[in-house]
Amino acid sequence: MLVVEGLVKRFGGFKAVNNVSFKVDQGEILGLIGPNGSGKSTIFNMLSGTFPPTSGSMTFDGAEISGLPPHRIINRGIGRTFQIPRPFHRLTMFENVALAGYFGQCRHSRAKADEAAERALAMVGLPADRSMSVDGLGAAGLKKLELAKALATGPKLLLADESLGGLDDTEMEQAADMLRKIRDELGITIIWVEHIMGVLMRVVDRVMVLDHGEKISEGLPSEVSSDPRVIEVYLGTDADATQAAAAQARRPGAAHA
Amino acid sequence: MTLRQIAPWIAGMIALIALPFVYRDPYHLHILILILIWSFAYTSWSMMGRFGLVSLGHGGFMGVGAYVTALLWNHLGVSPWLGIPVAMTAAAALALIVGYPCFRFRITGHYFVLVTLALSGIVLQVITATRDYTGGSLGYTPDRTKGSHLLALQFDDKVTWYLIALGVWALGLVIWRWVDASMDRYALEAISEDEDAAAAAGVNVTKEKLKITLISALMTAFAGALYCQYQMFISPDTVSGISVSLQMVFAVIVGGLYMSLGPTIGAIITILLAEILRIGFGTRAVGWDNLVYGVLLVLFIIFLPKGILGSLVERLRTQRKS
Repeated sequence: MLVVEGLVKRFGGFKAVNNVSFKVDQGEILGLIGPNGSGKSTIFNMLSGTFPPTSGSMTFDGAEISGLPPHRIINRGIGRTFQIPRPFHRLTMFENVALAGYFGQCRHSRAKADEAAERALAMVGLPADRSMSVDGLGAAGLKKLELAKALATGPKLLLADESLGGLDDTEMEQAADMLRKIRDELGITIIWVEHIMGVLMRVVDRVMVLDHGEKISEGLPSEVSSDPRVIEVYLGTDADATQAAAAQARRPGAAHA
Repeated sequence: MTLRQIAPWIAGMIALIALPFVYRDPYHLHILILILIWSFAYTSWSMMGRFGLVSLGHGGFMGVGAYVTALLWNHLGVSPWLGIPVAMTAAAALALIVGYPCFRFRITGHYFVLVTLALSGIVLQVITATRDYTGGSLGYTPDRTKGSHLLALQFDDKVTWYLIALGVWALGLVIWRWVDASMDRYALEAISEDEDAAAAAGVNVTKEKLKITLISALMTAFAGALYCQYQMFISPDTVSGISVSLQMVFAVIVGGLYMSLGPTIGAIITILLAEILRIGFGTRAVGWDNLVYGVLLVLFIIFLPKGILGSLVERLRTQRKS
């Protein structure tokens, strides 16, 4: 579905992403992890058209997408959420999602955009109350809204950027289940960038690990979390965390790999 | 809109249409016509201004509207019926030339204000530099026809002009309403808050901004042409340049930026203020209005950022709730 080859992004003399290649198959959830500044968000920004890559190619459904402006990429079926939720305060909650529905897919039909908004809000578990403002939403609510906006654009591939930061354990589990549900029920392929490794490992099909802009490991969650290079660069000296993550990934019925 | 919402508008409109048939003091009608024309110009500015696109270039659009119409009439004998659309197209082209690079390369906020400020300055310079054609800073008068003349869009009686100005003003409110009800408003509100997030919702940021800029420039040029046809005298100070642009910003902020009638309230206040100063102090007060505008602008931004109408409506709403 998505094929990325030799992706490079240079900011001045700094290589934020260096020769990264990967593939995402239809219907899978790919986890993208790595320490701060490893290039995860840069890859997301290139995939969603915020800025073009310095070199390399990104093909989505057989067509090249590098260099396209964000709205064109969204219209092709790649939706995204932001690491820090970015709601529009001057619009109501419903209008936030209806906007994404209208401009993301159902241009010219307001009724269809409203339907898309209702479906997206129902999916993430927010009320479709048309008068509700976004100001009353807490951290978890804002994350859900962010997800609803992305879903309303009708994506085939969803780029979910660290969607769990700032949530407590229960909320985190719920959010992880939500991504799983989005894939299972809507058939949307997902690339999920996340810091919190344990929860991610439980839900994803495959994991890719970045460090200093380079891909250092890729594979099943159980393989990756026991990869010595990953332990070294990503988890540092905290061996307990690695083992915990590995244990969670091996937990019966957790990872369906 | 339901009937109950629309009824007060219809009643108000009927009263305004009936007014000149009941009350015909020419001076007061003159003031009302000016208020209506400037209200339309201020409404045109607010089309962009309400979405955070603060332009100081609208004096330029207004100047193009007025001067192109008058020049075509005097030099080529082109009727304003054709001249006004040509002038509006010229203003739209100018808006496109300035707007597209700004929006494409994300010149926003203060930088956008500076670019548009330059636009005002350039139009003013062009008018004064080509004084052989435009009369320069001394101003310019379209050739008069004898009596009222529909083809030349020149009318002697104030009632006709009042009704024309009223129609155009109402048209401005209809356009406001139309933008307000469209999905483009959502997109523009979103863009004014966060361009990246708007783009991530599928909004073509450059196109949306360009669209509202073109609407705004076309309307402003129309206001300039109309002012020219009514006053039969234009000068760089009255329809073009930076002072006119600043006057638009001031009036809209005083009246209320986010409400359809805000710019109209702003026009009423600025024009009455200018008239009072003119009558009360005569030539001794030339330029005072700008000084008073400046002081009031600062006070309004600090104490009543939503303008008179916006603050009033907000107060009424909170009272009704409690």
